[in-house]
Amino acid sequence: MINLPDARGRFGEFGGKFVPETLMYALEELEEALTQAMADPEFMALYQATLQDYSGRPTPITHARRLSEKVGGASIYLKREDLNHTGAHKINNAIGQGLLAKRMGKEKLVAETGAGQHGVATATIAAYLGLSCKVFMGKKDVERQSLNVFRMQLLGAEVIPVESGSQTLKDATNEALRYWVEHVEDTFYLIGSVVGPHPYPKMVRDFQRVIGDESRQQFLDLKGKLPNAITACVGGGSNSIGMFYPFLDDDVALYAAEAGGQGEETAYHAATLAKGRKGVIHGSLTYLIQDENGQIIEPYSISAGLDYPGIGPEHAYLSSVGRVHYESITDREALAALELLCQYEGILPALESAHALALALKEAKTMPKEHSILICLSGRGDKDVHTIQNALKVGEKDE
Amino acid sequence: MSRLTDYMTKDKGTMHFVPFVTAGDPNPEVTIDLALLLQELGASVLELGIPFSDPLADGPVIQRASLRALKGGMTLAKAMEIVPEMRKRGLKIPVIIFTYYNLLLQLGQNQFMEKAKEYEIDGLLVPDLPFEESEALRAACRANELALISLVAPTTSPQRLEVIGRESDGFLYCVSSLGVTGVRKTFHPNVLAFLERVRASTTLPVAVGFGISSHEQVQEIAPYCDGFVVGSAIVREIEKREVTLASNREKAIADIKETLSQKLLLNIEGADNVEEAAQNN
Repeated sequence: MINLPDARGRFGEFGGKFVPETLMYALEELEEALTQAMADPEFMALYQATLQDYSGRPTPITHARRLSEKVGGASIYLKREDLNHTGAHKINNAIGQGLLAKRMGKEKLVAETGAGQHGVATATIAAYLGLSCKVFMGKKDVERQSLNVFRMQLLGAEVIPVESGSQTLKDATNEALRYWVEHVEDTFYLIGSVVGPHPYPKMVRDFQRVIGDESRQQFLDLKGKLPNAITACVGGGSNSIGMFYPFLDDDVALYAAEAGGQGEETAYHAATLAKGRKGVIHGSLTYLIQDENGQIIEPYSISAGLDYPGIGPEHAYLSSVGRVHYESITDREALAALELLCQYEGILPALESAHALALALKEAKTMPKEHSILICLSGRGDKDVHTIQNALKVGEKDE
Repeated sequence: MSRLTDYMTKDKGTMHFVPFVTAGDPNPEVTIDLALLLQELGASVLELGIPFSDPLADGPVIQRASLRALKGGMTLAKAMEIVPEMRKRGLKIPVIIFTYYNLLLQLGQNQFMEKAKEYEIDGLLVPDLPFEESEALRAACRANELALISLVAPTTSPQRLEVIGRESDGFLYCVSSLGVTGVRKTFHPNVLAFLERVRASTTLPVAVGFGISSHEQVQEIAPYCDGFVVGSAIVREIEKREVTLASNREKAIADIKETLSQKLLLNIEGADNVEEAAQNN
């Protein structure tokens, strides 16, 4: 299970390279450069050093004592990816790919972003490494996330509003791919999640596995054993793969929270595995939310980082073999969990991470006191304060 | 050898005009009219594009055409059903379906093959299905005498070009410039050297596409290939006349005809092709 993907970039039947011919050479070039870099101790040492000195790794594990007591069940632990530089796990991958781009002699970075977190991480690493940076962002997202747009611009990036399609993350990804096709000779496409054509899902996983590797060692040091269960949220699925991957061969239950939005039974969700069908999106064979003819449907979640119509192909595989359990968490459940964490632990999680938290609270209740459950707290919630404020106001009116 | 290759090679020295239109842009009736008009203008093969929500190989012009067609409810299955209507109205030239892979997957490979056979469709082009991922579809196409057309680009490595040139069917579609579909003033700087490499790699006819909109461009590449694909330059003319197409279709179609024949100088050299196509069908 940990030896995937195979040489064709497949996780079981999922993954692969479904891209226009023009990009094939770029993917081959990237794969070769990646393989060499990962086998080069000097590159890996530079990556580790940058994680440590620039992003502040390792991130701690926090025992949520009051919350555990309140829930009554397993002991709850938090892997604090929110304490990274820029406030989320996204920087781990941006550092890795940024260093790789530099090593390959590509001076121009291009990225897609939904809410802006990955765009900020890419703009950040571009500034740090002295590379130029273009970020494609759906026009609707540009309007909804104007602070992040400004933040990217402050960091020296050019933000390009995308007016095609539904003007959100999937269209920003299309446009970034189109741009890359045209500028493939000197540009590095820095994808933000474990999606896209091979080798992206593998590369992003390998740059995010530091979350799971650290957690494993920290837990062993702290408790002398591994946690009984782990939860993480999944949109494209980079923090969850990063967390799960080092535990795949262990006797640890793995749970992933998809965005259930207003409920799986409504049209407003991003529950890709629960409600999607197999198909091809952004270069990869996976599950996706689509109509009966294969047109891709715009998903919904209160969390801008989870409303992606596809899911990383490795997740599709791990779901199909039953190694990871995927459940959907609604906006409401995520908000309730977020409030609890604020009030009981003094930590404001990102709305994305609140989905992982809500799923963990459900599981923790059913587990014995001597067990422990670890949550990947993928990001901090400062960026969401406005959304949370609005959602809670609406919630009050409903009641 | 597929009947498409056969058709394209029987006349040595013919420069084939391969137009692209999006099925259902803005409605199926216009698509049928256009197919007949393009045949009249000398088209050798018609490329019928299927609208997709996420057309990542296409530039803005064809993206907007996709949106218009999707608004009208166009699907892969419905687009294929237009082909026999075109035939009834007198279309003789071969028809190729241009579709993104997800649409094909959702319809189902077998279902697609059955319909392609029933409607006498000649070829299939899937822009996001590179050679490495195409094995199963290639086998199914062979079994059903449908030409699966491969794309090659200036960035295609010599090793891959050799395999693709050998294993492909119909004709070899050369991407003239890096980037998405759409009108451009210039080709990739190495395009002529690239076309020479392509020619050496295959016995199939070689057609060039992406960015062609003028007679001058066609003349530049003509010595190096057997055909040229024009997409966005045609679709743009449809877009310009969206209103007239609804109010006075005949006039709009006549306008499009005039514009295209001036731009591409088509009606003159293409006339012979149509007659021959008629005799062969």
